[in-house]
Amino acid sequence: MFRRSEQDKRPQVQIFVDGAAVAARQGDTVSAALLASSYDVRRSTAVSGAPRLPYCMMGVCFDCLVTIDGVGNRQGCLVPVTEGMQVEIQKGKREIGK
Amino acid sequence: MTMAPKREAYDVVVIGAGPAGLAAAATSAEAGLSTLLLDENIGPGGQVFRAVASTPVTDRNQLGADYWVGADLVQTLRASNAEIIQRATVWSLDRNLDIAVSVGGASAFVKAKRVILATGALERPFPIPGWTLPGVMTAGAAQTMLKSSALVPDGRTVIAGQGPLLWLLAAQILRLGGRIDRILDTTERGNYFAALPHAFAFLTSPYFAKGLSMMREVKAKVQVVSGVTELAASGDGQLASVSYVAGGKRETISADLLLLHQGVVPNVNLAMSAGIEHRWDDLQLCWSPVLDASGNSSIAGIAIAGDGAGIGGANAAVVRGRIAARAAVEALAPAAGAKLPSMAALRADLSKAERGRVFLDTLFRPSPQFRIPSGDTIVCRCEEVTAKDVLDAVAIGATGPNQLKAYRRTGMGPCQGRLCGLTVTELMAQARGKTPQEIGYYRLRAPVKPITLAELAAVPKSEDDIKAVVRG
Repeated sequence: MFRRSEQDKRPQVQIFVDGAAVAARQGDTVSAALLASSYDVRRSTAVSGAPRLPYCMMGVCFDCLVTIDGVGNRQGCLVPVTEGMQVEIQKGKREIGK
Repeated sequence: MTMAPKREAYDVVVIGAGPAGLAAAATSAEAGLSTLLLDENIGPGGQVFRAVASTPVTDRNQLGADYWVGADLVQTLRASNAEIIQRATVWSLDRNLDIAVSVGGASAFVKAKRVILATGALERPFPIPGWTLPGVMTAGAAQTMLKSSALVPDGRTVIAGQGPLLWLLAAQILRLGGRIDRILDTTERGNYFAALPHAFAFLTSPYFAKGLSMMREVKAKVQVVSGVTELAASGDGQLASVSYVAGGKRETISADLLLLHQGVVPNVNLAMSAGIEHRWDDLQLCWSPVLDASGNSSIAGIAIAGDGAGIGGANAAVVRGRIAARAAVEALAPAAGAKLPSMAALRADLSKAERGRVFLDTLFRPSPQFRIPSGDTIVCRCEEVTAKDVLDAVAIGATGPNQLKAYRRTGMGPCQGRLCGLTVTELMAQARGKTPQEIGYYRLRAPVKPITLAELAAVPKSEDDIKAVVRG
């Protein structure tokens, strides 16, 4: 859906999405890194289980919710990637204890 | 920079580091007031100047001169004594000017003598059939990724809607080598005539020449369909096609990405939760705060600057930020105000920056069918409530948005009405034969952004706090 422009010379940052390594760039938000990866990163909603991807990328729609380093319901569009970050795609409601 | 505020109290706290917030905080700090700027994003700039201090898009022509103005504002601010905290989410503001802010998973409380809200705008909801499908995003979302990560659309891409941002985004995508298959322009034909009386001011504003050259640049490379009167996205769990009607003819095209845009509206959540009075704006079709000429709201000590004060664009936002900060300086340290540009000079700047705005508002006033959906189209994305659900609730007695919460949970999901509030107000107003002003809006309350119970429980408590809630 999206690709990186060649002029982007930022250093790579490796994150893990459901255990798989994904090459992100320093300064990417988690949501941007997910959308730039070739993986299926659709979450499913808590209400009906419908698949969703980020809609606004500016912190207002909450369709980018992900689990980051064990903490659920984070807005992926507001969190910058860090080396070794563990991202889990949320399926349905946030799990208790996460 | 992700650390708690250094002090418990400040002269001025500015919330939001977009055009208005950057200008306000710099003005306030330069006048010697202790100033704290809180911003939710990774870096300063807001949406218009998104990632201006870190963008990987280094060819300055690609994002345009208007974007790089932000770099100077950031530099001026950083050279001042203002304390700046990024990734700081303000979740409460009250009439005593007490502010609760979440930074790095912990909440802190600060008190201000003056608060300047510069929470800006968000894109107007665009509730068409299929707008919740993966692959449908706002134009602003694509622009955010373009500015902050140099990401451009790659698959079959359709841009639909209207307004200056749509053309700017299209030009930027093309300059960065991205793909756009078609642009569907939803500008209502009648709007051109309605806007005509305001054309003179627009023709003599800077918007005109820039807008025209951008539209030419885009039209030379992309097929543009104008007069689009219907729009729908469809696909099974993922966008597959976009269908539209133009000139009475329906067409369906395959698409991987649909970018929607029909203007921006004030981001009212924090201001409304503080209890600031808002009125329905019949021209801009949104809620705008009631403000005096210096941006002061109905709550003493809280001013609003930038697009949160009513949509005026980035240039106007910068000036409104300076005006609000100057008013704060006059109130708190009148002697320091003498060094700043006079209020009269700032107001002249503002009227210059606002030139042509009425024309744009009239020309790009979104059509009713793109604001007020029907049938199975989702209104509330979080709780997955359709237009029909809302109308059914009205039929059995729901009178306004707040009653509707009890019937259907609209606006009670994590976005707290940001993506459905305007639609619900207009839909209910139409169904009940009332004005949006009469129907009203959701009552918004803190926390205006979700925080965990653990974070709330970890907030330091005094003896009195505990006594207030513990029995015996």
